[in-house]
Amino acid sequence: MLAARGLTVEIAGVRVCRDLDFAVEPGQCWAILGRNGAGKTTLLTTLAGLRAASAGTIEIDGRPLSSFSPRELARVRALLPQDDSDAFPATALETALVGRHPHLGRWQWEGAEDLRIARAALAAVDMAEAEARDVRTLSGGERRRVTLAAMLAQEPRLFLLDEPSSHLDLAHQVALLDRLVALARSGERAIVMALHDVNLAARCCDHVLLLDGGTATAGPSAALLTSERLSALYGVPLRSLADGGRSVFVT
Amino acid sequence: MFRNAPSLVLTTLAALALAAFALALTTGSVALGPGMVARALLGFGDETQRLIVRELRLPRALAAFATGGELALAGALLQVLLRNPLADPYVVGVSGGAAVGALVAMLLGAAAWLVPGGAFAGAVVSTAIVFGLARGRGAWSPMRLLLTGVVVAAGWGAIVALILSLAPETQLRGMLFWLIGDLSSPPMTWTPLAVLLIALVIALAFARDFNALSRGETIAASVGVNVARLPWLLFGLSALLTAVAVSVAGAIGFVGLIVPQAVRLMLGNDQRVVLPASALGGGVLLLVADTLARVVAAPAQLPVGVITAIIGVPLFLILLARDRPR
Repeated sequence: MLAARGLTVEIAGVRVCRDLDFAVEPGQCWAILGRNGAGKTTLLTTLAGLRAASAGTIEIDGRPLSSFSPRELARVRALLPQDDSDAFPATALETALVGRHPHLGRWQWEGAEDLRIARAALAAVDMAEAEARDVRTLSGGERRRVTLAAMLAQEPRLFLLDEPSSHLDLAHQVALLDRLVALARSGERAIVMALHDVNLAARCCDHVLLLDGGTATAGPSAALLTSERLSALYGVPLRSLADGGRSVFVT
Repeated sequence: MFRNAPSLVLTTLAALALAAFALALTTGSVALGPGMVARALLGFGDETQRLIVRELRLPRALAAFATGGELALAGALLQVLLRNPLADPYVVGVSGGAAVGALVAMLLGAAAWLVPGGAFAGAVVSTAIVFGLARGRGAWSPMRLLLTGVVVAAGWGAIVALILSLAPETQLRGMLFWLIGDLSSPPMTWTPLAVLLIALVIALAFARDFNALSRGETIAASVGVNVARLPWLLFGLSALLTAVAVSVAGAIGFVGLIVPQAVRLMLGNDQRVVLPASALGGGVLLLVADTLARVVAAPAQLPVGVITAIIGVPLFLILLARDRPR
C-alpha cells in the first residue's frame, strides 16, 4: 500500500533517515519509535505527502505521492496531528464532519450519509453522547478522541497517526488502539503511528521503524523489538520480561 | 451549523437589510413616505423627490451597505487566516496605509475625487509591504503576519500623527472625519457592491476549506485542503475588500471585528453561514448607523464611525454575556 524507496528525509539540516526502504502492506500496523527530536513527526508528515523528501520516492498503491491531488490523497490517507488546536467554537459533531471534506464537492453540503458516518465515528471513540458539546469545553483526552473521530470519518485506507494515545486514559489507549488495529487488520487498511510507549507498540504493531539519530531501521517487531536494540535506541537500559507469549519492557 | 437553521437566519438578515434600506431612503431632512420613495425609484413623482432619492440617498445607502458588508466579510476572512478571533481588517495595516494616502492627497489640496484614489493606493502599498515582509524568505505563519501588520500599522499611525500636526487648521476637520469614517460623499455607487458580491461568491466556494483550516493547518492538509495556496486567497480577498471599503468611507473601525464575532456567537462557526451572514450583518449595521448619523444631530452630520461603535459595543457585550460554552 505504502512504499518508500531510497528515502532520505532531513529537517533543518538534521537527518532523519537516509536511503530507507520499506513497504507497508494492507493489514499491517507499524510503529515509529525514537527519542524526542528523532524526526518521527517529520517522517510521518513526509509520508503523508505534506512535506518534500530530500531524496527517494514514496508511493501509495504504486503511484508516486506527487501525482496525487490534495483531494485524491485525502481520500486515501489521513494524518492525525500530535496536537489538537481549537481556536474557534465548534461542536464535536461539526469537528467530526470535517473528515468528510474530501468526499464532498465544492458546493455540496454534508448529507444524511455523512452525518451517519460522523456519528458512527464519534460512537467508535465513545463520544456519541457529546456530539453537541463545544470541543473547547472537552478535556484533553476527549478532544483527542474527537480528532480521532474526524479521522475515522475521513475513511482513509492508510492511517498516519502522530502519538494517537497522548492525553488518553489507560482504558481508552488500549480500547481505541485495539479498535484501530482491528480495523486495519480486517480490511484493506494499514496504520503507521509514532508512539512513545514501547509496550503499546509491542502490543499493537507487527512492524516497527526505529529512528536513531539519522539512521532508520525498518522490520518486523519480532526481530527489532529486543531489549538490546531498544536500550541502544533510547540510551536507557531496558529489560524484557516474558508474560505469556508477549514481552514487556521495563527500565 | 446545527444551532439554528441557516436559511432562516439568512432570510431574516436579508429582510433586515431591506428594512434598513427602506429606513435610509425614507428618513432625512425631507421625510418621504414609502410610496413616494418607490415612485421616485421607478422614475415617477416630482423632480425634487427623484433627485433626493436617486441622486442623494440611494448612492449613499448603497455605499454604506457595501462598505459595512466588505469590512465584516474582510474581518471574517482574516479571523480564519490568522486563526485569531481578535483579528480585524485593519490589523494587517491596510487602514493605516489608506489613511496616509488619503491625508497626503488632502494635504496636497488634491481634488475631492482624488482622496479615495490616494486611500486605495495607500491600502495597496501597505498590503504589499506587509505581504512581502511577513512572507520573508520562508513560509509565513499567522503569528508573523499578525506581528508584521501590527508594527506596520504603528508606523502608519506615526505618519498620520505627523501629517495632522503639520496640516493647516482649515483641513483638520475634514481629515479627522475621514479618520473616523464618513460616508457623506461616497465616490462610487455600484462598484463597492459589485466587489462585495464577487468576493463573497469566491469566498463561499472555499468556505468548507476555511472550516477545515480553522481546525488547524495539519488537519486541513490531511483532509485535502491546499494549505499553501489558501492563505494567499484569504489575504488577497480581505485586502481588496478593505481597500475598497476605506477608499469609499474612510477608516471605519470596529465593524470588521464585531460583526463576524456576533454572527459566530449566534450561529456557530460554519463559514458557509458566517461569511454571508457577516456580509449582510455588516451592511445592515453600517446602513442603520449612517442613517442615524444623518438625522440625530441634523442639520449637522456625525461621522458614521462614532455611531457604529455606539450601537455595536452594547449589542456585542449583550451577545457575549449570553454566550455560555456548552
